[in-house]
Parts: sequence; structure tokens; C-alpha cells
Amino acid sequence: MKIVVCIKQVPDTTEIKIDPITGTLIRDGVPSIMNPDDKSGLEMALQLKDEKGAHVTVITMGPPQADLILREAYAMGVDRAIHLTDRKFAGADTLATSHALAGALRKIDFDLLITGRQAIDGDTAQVGPQIAEHLDLPQVSYLEDLKFDGDKTFTMKRHIEDGYQMLEVEAPCVVTVLSSANTPRYMNVGGIVDAYQKEVEVWGFNEIEVDEKDLGLKGSPTSVHKAFARGLKPAGELYEVGTDEAVGIIIKKLKEKFILN
Amino acid sequence: MNFSLTKEQELFQQMIKDFAEKEVKPLAAEVDDLERFPIETVEKMAKIGIMGIPIPKQYGGAGGSNVMYSMAVEELSAVCATTGVIVSAHTSLCAAPILEHGTEAQKQKYLPKLASGEWIGAFGLTEPNAGTDAAGQQTTAIEDGDNYIINGSKIFITNAEFAHVYVILAMTDKSQGTRGITAFIIEKGTPGFSIGKKEKKMGIRGSATCELVFENCIVPKENLLGKLSKGFGIAMKTLDGGRIGIAAQALGIAQGAIDETVKYVKERKQFGRPISAFQNTQFQLADMNTKTEASRMLVRKAAYKKDAKLPYSVDAAMAKLFAAETAMEVTNKAVQLHGGYGYTREYPVERMMRDAKITEIYEGTSEVQRMVISANMLK
Repeated sequence: MKIVVCIKQVPDTTEIKIDPITGTLIRDGVPSIMNPDDKSGLEMALQLKDEKGAHVTVITMGPPQADLILREAYAMGVDRAIHLTDRKFAGADTLATSHALAGALRKIDFDLLITGRQAIDGDTAQVGPQIAEHLDLPQVSYLEDLKFDGDKTFTMKRHIEDGYQMLEVEAPCVVTVLSSANTPRYMNVGGIVDAYQKEVEVWGFNEIEVDEKDLGLKGSPTSVHKAFARGLKPAGELYEVGTDEAVGIIIKKLKEKFILN
Repeated sequence: MNFSLTKEQELFQQMIKDFAEKEVKPLAAEVDDLERFPIETVEKMAKIGIMGIPIPKQYGGAGGSNVMYSMAVEELSAVCATTGVIVSAHTSLCAAPILEHGTEAQKQKYLPKLASGEWIGAFGLTEPNAGTDAAGQQTTAIEDGDNYIINGSKIFITNAEFAHVYVILAMTDKSQGTRGITAFIIEKGTPGFSIGKKEKKMGIRGSATCELVFENCIVPKENLLGKLSKGFGIAMKTLDGGRIGIAAQALGIAQGAIDETVKYVKERKQFGRPISAFQNTQFQLADMNTKTEASRMLVRKAAYKKDAKLPYSVDAAMAKLFAAETAMEVTNKAVQLHGGYGYTREYPVERMMRDAKITEIYEGTSEVQRMVISANMLK
């Protein structure tokens, strides 16, 4: 089986600071990591490799420093790493990103394409499904678990709001994986020693199959209007009272706000 | 001259810090309190190659450097000094002498099992009457056909209870003094070999420190390590390498204590402000951090020289001397800055101060390090 995993380098923080003037993320001093959902997806691929035997390729689109997560992926046990980087990709929104990735994926033979559900720096959850649409492949999002019958069929457990869906899907297909699905393995020490000896294939516009107008800023129908930090809310009022009195207070407050008449 | 880590070392540091934080730190207090050998941590370390960092790939190791190995012991010790010394004794005192002095057959037999962590290693030199005066060995090995018959005992042996293979020193010719000492590889279960009393220690309480007892222990001649009568040199060379590990352990303990203290002084309020606002706190922290960084430079330099196949014996002695004394000083200050809470087991600095003391004693006391350093100056 051939598996491709899309991974992204993201700033490691849940408290991203935003420049109040430019409205952009301040990345200085924030360490970069492999996006947690993607790392969970990578672990899923490596488990399939351990159990059934598989060839695992990782691909990322990003600036030169994103090389680090590809080395990390090598140290975790992948077989091939591709770095999509070109000035023509710069300024891409999710649609342009998915076009570039799909352009690269047209050049790679695979049975299963895994992406993380979403990246912690954007939280859109769009790129995985968009890639599936561009490639005209079946997709299953919000994956908790996946089993392979060893031939063509995957049995998948998909997280939905009130529970789970169990699905059977034939290869080739695209899945997006939740970080809760797997605990990613640590990099192996021997793998780290080898990681920088291995080749990371660097692909630009000329190596992929895509229409140039779909890339970068030109190919991005959306743009960030404004980014801002959530304002702090004042602490609420705390009442330590019995149920009847509490209900009375709540009703009074709701009337004050004109939510109840 | 370049003080930066390589990309590979940075990636390694990222992994080992993450591993230490998630897998080792949560067990540290319990391992100390119950004097429990963290065997589950050894299994986890084995799985990702930490038990064989500087062992070449051809013998099943990770093929990493001694710099990487020292970084591993440092980061593990920053959260749990017991775990740090388990790796250090296993790697520097057992796998390393087999790698450096073993025959090809011995390397093939022992290194893959040690490097994969399937087997744990230990080393036996110290005896009740031969500590710093290692030449006073009383354990004997008498030739008997295809075997040696070993009698005697070794004390304070790290990993003893859980090890599968031991490098030990014994007198093959008492009349020759240090020139009559020979090294042997002994496997667990060898007839006449048993584990004796377990020590109750001040610190590193999870590392199983026991006596090794040899009563007419029959060791086949093929288990002789290096050449006959060359054991003293092997032991000294082994300890040179071991000192990088212990220096890294001391460095880690000091760094761990600093990390805990920085966190504490920002939270703890007295006289209406965090104690980090007081100049006394700031100056103490500055001294602690400066000395710890100096330790790090000495440790990395010694490890670098070992990797570069340069003489490193004096560098290792300096690193161990300075890092150990720094660990003691820094943990003492860390407890002081924590005040009464620092004296309780609620905060890890109490354990760190107890753990630090041993680094001034084992694998050559600070006094021995001073002897090594000055002897080189005055020769």
C-alpha cells in the first residue's frame, strides 16, 4: 500500500500574539512544530506500515524552514519526503494551497491520502476536503480510526457531533484525521542520526501539474480582513444560593438584557 | 569555532526534552519515594534508541555521537536523576568498554542486546576496601582450564539488580598490583554469581544500587575483556568516558533545579510582590545560571573531544568536577529560594539537592578529579 500524508509546520502556541497594527501573527520567538492533527495522521500511516507494510510519503508546502518537519517525519519512520516550495505559492489561502498540493499529488501514486483535520494556526479544516475535490476522490473527514483489510477496503470510524459513523471506503481515498485518534510516536534516535543524510525532494511550480492562475495570491479568493486577539471579559458575578433563588436571579438578569420579557 | 548545535542535535534535543517531560518527569517523585527502578521507562527508552545512542549502527545502536548521548543524560536528569544514571552507567560503563576493548565476537554477542535495551548493563570496580584506591582490588580470578574462577565482591553497583551483563574487574595476579588486574564480561545467571545487599541511599533512590557477590563463579575464558592484566587501564579509560555521563547528569540536575526555581519565584509572593522582584533572588538566579552554562560548555567540550578521538581525560575530569560542584551549589540555592516549601517533598528541589550530592562522589570523587587535572599540569 502507498500512503501520502500532508503535514504542515505551525507555530507552537495556543496564545498566538497578533501585531495590533498589521493584524498579522507575530512568529518571532515562537517555536515551530508539526501540526498536531497532521502528526496524528502521520502516526496512523506509520501504524499501517508497521502492521501491514506500506510505503509512506510526507509532503508539506511551506517556506524553506519547513524542512525541519520533514526531517522529523524521516526520524519517525517515513520513506520519502517532498517539500513544495516556490515563490509562486506565496500568499496562498486554503484554496490556492489545496490546488498546489493537488498539483503535486497528481504526480504521486497512492492508495490513501491522509491530512490532519485542521491546522492550529488557521483552524479552517478546508485543505484536506478541497484536495479530495480537486482530485475527484472520495473523502472521509474527522477520522478517529482506520483499519485496512489488506486488499482494497478501509473500515473507518468517523467522529460526528453525537457519536460515530462507521464507514467502508475503497482505495484510493482521502481522509482527514483528528489529533485524538493517535498518540504520535517519538522520533527514533537512529532515525534522527539518519534524517539529515536522507534526501528531501524539493518541488516547485515546474514539478507539479497545476494551472498557475490557481496559485498564490492570484488563486486566493479569500483574504484576511482583520485578525485580532479576543478581548478579555470581566469576571462574572457569583451567587452561592439555593436553586429557587438562583432561578429567580437568572430570570431577572435575562429580563435586564431583554432576552426575556 | 562554533558553539551552535547541529541541525541533527537540535532535532534530537527537541525529542529528548519532549520525552523527558512526558514520560520521565511524571514518575520522578514516585521513583524516589518508593526507591523503585523505573523499568517501564527503560523499556520506553529502549524502543526509541536511547539505550544505544553512541553505539555504531553495525552493532544495533543509533550511531549517534557522545555529544548527543551527553544531551540525553542531561535532559533526563533535569527531570529525574535516577533515569539519567541508569542510562549513563549502562552506556558508558558497560556498552562502551565492550565496544572499545571487546573482541569482534564479544561485540556481536553483547552490543546489539545492550544497544536495543533488551539487556541492561552494569560495571563493577568498587569494593568495600577499594574505592578511590582502586588498585586495592581483592576480588580474584584464578585460571582453571578454559575458565576463570572468580571470588570476591563489588559494592555500590548501579543497575545491579536489573542488569543482564556486567563488566567487572578482578585480580589475576595479586603480586603485580594494578598490572595484575583483568576485566571480564559476566552475564546474569552465571554459576556462583549473585546480587547481594541493596543500598538505601540519600539520592538517586530509584537506581538499584547493590552488591555483586562472586563465590567460585565460573567465567569462560572467552569472556575476558581486553588483554590479560590490562584491566586497570580499561577501568580508568571507562571511567574517563563515564565522567562525561555523570557530568551531564550533574548539569541536568542543576538545570532542572533552575527551571523549577524560576517558575516558583515568579509565583511566590512575599511583601506584596513576587520574590522574583527582589534583587537577592535575581542575583542568585544569575549565578546559578552562569555556572550551569559553564558546566554545559565543559560537558559538551569533553564529549566533542571524545567524538573527535582527541584525548579527553582531563576535559572529562574538569567537566565532572565543575558540573558536580555546581549541581550541589545550585540545588542548595534552589532549596533556599523555595524557603520552607523547598525543604518539603511537595517541590522537586528537595529531591534534586539529595540527588546532586552523589555526582561529587561516584565515578571518581571531586578529589580524584583534582588529582587527574593537576597530575596533567605537573607532569
